[in-house]
Formats: sequence, C-alpha cells, structure tokens
Amino acid sequence: MQQIAVEQQVKLPPLHDELSLHETGFDSLGFAILVARLEDDLDVDPFTLADDAAFPLTIGDFVRAYENVPA
Amino acid sequence: MSPREIFALRDYLGPELTGRTISDARQIVSLTDILERTCLGNRLGELAGRAVLLAVADQLISGLAMTELDGVARRMLLCPPDVSADHVRSLVQDAGIDAVVTDRPAEWSTAGLELVVTAQSPAAAASRARTERATEWLMLTSGTSGVPKIVRHTLEGLTGAIIADGPARGGPAVWATFYDIRRYGGLQIFLRAIIGGGSMVLSQPEELVADHVARLNKMGVTHISGTPSHWRKLLMSGSAPGFSPSYVRLSGEIADQAVLDGLSKAYPKASIGHAYASTEAGVGFAVNDGREGFPAYMVGDRNGGVEMKVADGSLRIRSTRTAHAYVGRHAAALTDGDGFVDTGDMVELRGDRYHFVGRRGGIINIGGLKVHPEEIEAVINRHAEVRMSRAKSRRSPITGAIVVADVILADGCGPDRSEEIRANILADCRAQLAAHKVPAVIRVVVSLDITAAGKLARNDA
Repeated sequence: MQQIAVEQQVKLPPLHDELSLHETGFDSLGFAILVARLEDDLDVDPFTLADDAAFPLTIGDFVRAYENVPA
Repeated sequence: MSPREIFALRDYLGPELTGRTISDARQIVSLTDILERTCLGNRLGELAGRAVLLAVADQLISGLAMTELDGVARRMLLCPPDVSADHVRSLVQDAGIDAVVTDRPAEWSTAGLELVVTAQSPAAAASRARTERATEWLMLTSGTSGVPKIVRHTLEGLTGAIIADGPARGGPAVWATFYDIRRYGGLQIFLRAIIGGGSMVLSQPEELVADHVARLNKMGVTHISGTPSHWRKLLMSGSAPGFSPSYVRLSGEIADQAVLDGLSKAYPKASIGHAYASTEAGVGFAVNDGREGFPAYMVGDRNGGVEMKVADGSLRIRSTRTAHAYVGRHAAALTDGDGFVDTGDMVELRGDRYHFVGRRGGIINIGGLKVHPEEIEAVINRHAEVRMSRAKSRRSPITGAIVVADVILADGCGPDRSEEIRANILADCRAQLAAHKVPAVIRVVVSLDITAAGKLARNDA
C-alpha cells in the first residue's frame, strides 16, 4: 500500500483498522491496483471470489476480507 | 473489355528476364522458364471459369499456382494454412467454390467439390496457358476471432500501388517478406516481385530466425517487409546484422518510434518506412521520413488516387485499390454510401501529425475511462531496455478492468535488473500517461504470442 501510495503520489495517513478507506486518500484506481497486486502475491482476490462479498469500508474490513478467504 | 486487354500475372513472367527465382528453405525454382511448366499436373484447362479454392500448405507451390490460375479461373480464394477446417467449410459455401487446388487431395476427396486438383512441384507443361478473363481474387481478413471475412479484389486493384510506385530503383529487386503470401501484406510483396521482374524469397514456417536470415543473405535480398512484431522478433534474435537490405518496410500493425529507430540503427544505409494497408482498404499510403504516424496534410488530399478522411476518430479510405466487396451469405457492405472503407483504425491528431492509437474494438474500459492498449505499448516501447510489450485488460472487482502489461526486455538486460527496469517503466508511464492508463502490474516475460498473420496476439480484444 505504501508503494502504491508513492506511485500514485498519495500521502498516506497512519494506517489502523478503523481508518476508513476513503480517508486513506486512495481512489478506486488505487484500490484496483492494490487488489490486483495482492492477487499476484497471494493468488487470491476475495472480492471477486465471493458472490456476497461486502465492499469494505475500513482498513480493518479490507484486511479481514483477505483473512476470511477459505483455504 | 476484350481478352487481349486483360493482364494477368503470366504476362509478367516472360523468358526475357533471366536469373529470376522464387525460393523457400527447401528449393529454388527458376522463374525464367516458368511459363513452360505447371504445378497443376496439366489440369489447368479443367479449372477454367471455375471458383477455385487454393488450399496449398506449401507457400512456394501456392504462389506458382496463383500465377497459373490468374486469368483462367473465374475466382480464386487464397487460403492461408492456419485457417481451421470448420472455417474452410463455411468459406467454401460462402464463396461458391466448386474446385480445389491442394497438396492434400485425400482430405478433399469427400468434400463434395466437383473437382480436386493436386498441386505439386513444377513439371513440364503440355501447352502454354492463355489469359481468358480477369480473375476475381478472394482474400481472407486476418481478424483473430470467428470465421474470417472474404474480401473480393481484382489484380488491377491489388497492384494499383505497385504500378503507381514504378519499378524498384537500381534494377530488379530481390524481395522477401516475413508474411505468408496468402495474406494481404505478403501478397503485395509477391506481386511486386512478379510484376517488377524481380525474385522472391519466401518465409518458411518453423524456420529459426538465424537460418532465415542466412538464407536472406545468401539469396541477396534487397527489399523486405513484415509487421512491427516480425521486425521486433528479428531485432531480438541477434541475427539482424546477418543481412543488409536496402529497403525495409513495416505494415499491418502500428509502427512505433522505437521499432523504427531500432531498424535505423540495425540498417543505417537502408530506406526504412512504414506503409498503411489492409485487406479491405488496400494499400493506403507509405511514410518514409522515419517517424511514427503520418503528416496531417495527407488527410483530405488525393495522394495518387487514394483519398483519406477521419470520421468519429477512425481513418476512412476511398480509392481504386480498396476491395470491391465482402463475399458471402451474410456479407455486410464494405464501403459507406460515398465509397469510403472504415478501417476501424483509430487516429489522433498531435501537432501536424496523425498518430495511430489502436483498433476501435480493442479499447479497455477502466471504470468508465478508456484507453487503447497500443497507446500504452508505444510509451513502454520507447524505453531503451524494452524490446516489445503488450498491454491488456485484466478484470477488476473495483473498476471493472485495469491495465496490465507484459514486457520483453532488450538484449543484455538480465533478470537481475527486472525490478529496476520495471520501476523505470512505471515512472515513464506515469510521466506520460493519464493515471488510469498506467499499468497496475508489469510482468517481465520471455515471449509474447504472435498470430499466424504476424501480429501481436490480442485475444481479449
């Protein structure tokens, strides 16, 4: 996320679970890039995988989406 | 028009020019006495007035059969070897084919055609063939999906640009092309060799680049053409210095500045240019100033009988060299009401030059913002450490699609430098492209798929 922030020239606030994704300064393109790169590293895209995946609102939601992927 | 006024290919194959040959990796055939020989086992007479499918795997035999059939058959459908059997069946129906010339007669014995003629190596002909009519030349479009479209040309239209350009400077040339001559780009070169009194060196499927270049050198090739993908492959092979053409042409895909510069460096003494042509629109124009794109004044002008306009962002061409029609049961109109062919190639005016930006159907939509993959590739390819790249769409749960790019590094850029080069490419893209056009992921790869027509494969386009 830090790397993409540098690339996108976004100044990231300190990250914590309750920080809303909106407050990170990332736009939808930034998140699209993050999800694609995570998929390359982890072989999983939790947002496409689950039919009922709720769109995350906070950093905590976002991280949990990856933690909750069935192995 | 009386038959005497109709010119066919045989009229350019007199015995007065000696030393002319057509060759592939297996054989060299003299063109000097070719009118005394036949590839059709003396059965040309049976094909007179028929609609003939030319389905010959061997390019050399196929080329010689074209010179025999032209002016004798009513129509001839040129079938490149990569067309699938299912598609061929459908094309046979659409083109009203009643005879086939093939080097695989067994495969055609049950196809229900009235006549199956076996193509073979040239042998002495019992009699000399005569030109009886203007044969219709049917060619296939090189699209990547579905049944190819059949496009109808005449020899006069196909050779319009060749006649307009006049003979090659410095006497008869030795022509070569990376294309298959059953494709529009390859056929142009074959026709230039035949009509201009020169020789022809064919490509050979599966041949190694180094072996091909050695053959081009041995045969003294002076004039050669291919797609930018063909040329990048040659530049990547390390074999480019193995021959020294004086005339290098690119067509069939966007010639970006990087490949033009790469070729100027490899062949400093050669004339290097890119030409715009398509199976439907015929030969449009040539650009010989070494720069990508084409001067804006060419639009609206009548360059040697070719008229161009830009409408809704795409290039439209009207000339006597365009195809006459699509052929088939569900054939659409080839031209608009004013006779212009819509090429589907999107252009953009930057300063005093138009630049090709991509195909109309190839646009990637990133959350509502659009980009042509070719636009991104042009920026990546400008990077000195990149030889070739392909941008493509990848689905995204957030924006519907994002752009990713596969990149082949130039010679001497080891995998240890991949990270650094990748970062440099990203920085370049960010400096020159809107944010949504910057690839989200860049992968370094060792190869990219090239289609049978010599173009970068764009399966998702």
